Amino acid sequence: MKQVIALLGIGLLVGCSGGKDRTLPILGRQEIQGSDTVYQQIADFRFMNQDSVWVTNQTFSNKAYVADFFFTSCPSICPIMKKQMLRVYKAFEGNPGISFLSHTIDPRHDSVPVLKKYAADLGVSSEQWHFVTGPRETVYALAENSYMVAALEDENAPGGFIHGGHFILVDENRHIRGIYDGTEEASVNQLIRDIPVLLKESEAAGNSKTSE
Amino acid sequence: MMRRIPALLATLVIIAAGLSAAGLLGSCQNEQELLKKKYIAEGMVLYRSQCQNCHQIDGTGFEKLIPPLTDTLYLRQNRDRLACIIRYGMDEPIVIHGQLYDQPMIGNQRLTAMEIAEILTYITNAFGNKQEMFTIEEVQRALDRCRQEQTGP
Repeated sequence: MKQVIALLGIGLLVGCSGGKDRTLPILGRQEIQGSDTVYQQIADFRFMNQDSVWVTNQTFSNKAYVADFFFTSCPSICPIMKKQMLRVYKAFEGNPGISFLSHTIDPRHDSVPVLKKYAADLGVSSEQWHFVTGPRETVYALAENSYMVAALEDENAPGGFIHGGHFILVDENRHIRGIYDGTEEASVNQLIRDIPVLLKESEAAGNSKTSE
Repeated sequence: MMRRIPALLATLVIIAAGLSAAGLLGSCQNEQELLKKKYIAEGMVLYRSQCQNCHQIDGTGFEKLIPPLTDTLYLRQNRDRLACIIRYGMDEPIVIHGQLYDQPMIGNQRLTAMEIAEILTYITNAFGNKQEMFTIEEVQRALDRCRQEQTGP
């Protein structure tokens, strides 16, 4: 029976990912309100980026973005994640439809100048890739409640923090459209394939808006 | 004819002694070589779990954030400091292959002198490097020195 379910699962996956008109699902919690389904949205936020510029939900009001959580002195999974994220960044460098948002979970150490230096040493543009900091509690709550990523301080962990290595793809309506393992090359390849699908959808929505 | 026998014996003895000395020396070198190989093997396992996330599997580092471990000259010239960098980390700019790197590296105080010796023997004999092995004693001496520097005389 388990095998049958597994086969069905694979069949569904293939069914979803195949075809030219592939769309990405809306993930996260959902509520039925009357005849409408209301999907979870990324909560309001306001953080400062490496150029001391405020980054809010409005920064991404007309574009998709990929979010993750890290800290600059992290010796465990962050270098792997950043190497993978850099691959995604390079695949879409200069594309105005997609941005990157990396939140530090160690705001005590990762000040604006530290983030600025980090971004420069990574060799990426501030326009497209924001490295942001904010009050610790706010960042942790957003990670957990909006992006569904665990983040906590633990003095026994290498570097002093434990956090999930996910990349979260968010659309212009603050909906989560994909969750990927930022430490797995195959999963990140999927993200690279999914971004154009989302961009196409957003383009189509934009066109229909203007034609209305 | 009879007088020749002692001379012959003496010659034989000398040859035998020479051979066994060479044999001993040979086995000594083999033991050293074997120990080094063992350290490289152990060091590789430790490197993969403790260092590779940042410095990468082939020691090439990552952008300007993390320096490569392929600068043989740097490794040789700073041989005495390497153990302390692994144990206590580093927070000063360094130049590797002519490129400046100045992101801090955190130390790992849980590694023993033996483990550090193994890691260093691996690093200095991988990624195109080929240097003498690090003994536990050499690493311990280096660690004692930098602990003194840290706590003051």
